[in-house]
Amino acid sequence: MPLDQSFTGRTYPPTEPYQVGREKIREFATAVGAADALYHDVEAAQNAGYRDVVAPPTFPIVLSFAAMEQIVTDPELGMDYTRVVHGDQRFSYRRPIVAGDELVVVSSIDDITHRGGHDFLTTRAELATPAGEPVVTVVCKLVVRGQGE
Amino acid sequence: MAYEKGQQLPLQTFRVTRADLVRYAGASGDFNPIHWNERTAVGVGLPGVIAHGMYTMALAGRAVTGWVGSADAVLDIGVRFTRPVPVPDTDEGTEVEFTAVIKSVSEDGLVTFDLTAICAGEKVLAQARVVVKQI
Repeated sequence: MPLDQSFTGRTYPPTEPYQVGREKIREFATAVGAADALYHDVEAAQNAGYRDVVAPPTFPIVLSFAAMEQIVTDPELGMDYTRVVHGDQRFSYRRPIVAGDELVVVSSIDDITHRGGHDFLTTRAELATPAGEPVVTVVCKLVVRGQGE
Repeated sequence: MAYEKGQQLPLQTFRVTRADLVRYAGASGDFNPIHWNERTAVGVGLPGVIAHGMYTMALAGRAVTGWVGSADAVLDIGVRFTRPVPVPDTDEGTEVEFTAVIKSVSEDGLVTFDLTAICAGEKVLAQARVVVKQI
């Protein structure tokens, strides 16, 4: 059954603040093979003008992926996550994420379309400080493959 | 480094093994078994275990920060996942190759890279575009 297009424009409640840890940034950077000093070395980051180590460009997926649970498990929307394929992904920065940041995620559904038997869902996650300073916008397009062959 | 529109960036190749995917699953929190369990991957019609799209995207980020020589330069990074990256259960795994061309250079120092990512002769990303601030 196609997704209900009236969910377009729906915004979900903000997540609890996520504490960006120095070791989590190092762990993520190591996992993607990024050895740059800014991601690992506090002194190097401070010499570059940052309070602490800087997160690699795709790090916000750690927060936005977890926050998207709200959408994919929304019983009213009724997505079959076993049929979901990742279509597009984008991160648009106001400033880099730095260890010690606290970030709140607000997820929204920007678009739902149905064509060729598949659903196309565009989600947006706004990552901001608890005080409301916007940091990163994360846009994720998902394809929910139809049941028909 | 001063970039010019149309400039080609040199090839960067990254190796991807099953161990990399397991480590990425843990670091990212994406434990979808198609990225580490052959039985599940084959069961949903894939050729075998495939890399997280987000792992390939992270490599795209590494390619750009490598070209630019600055780990914090990325302002905007966006990709479309067009084909999976199968990762065989071997010590060698597979390789993803990145090249790019400079699409534009703005007056305020923003440089836009159009990336190409190839695995086993196939393009695995489309519309892969990264904007950096020039140092």
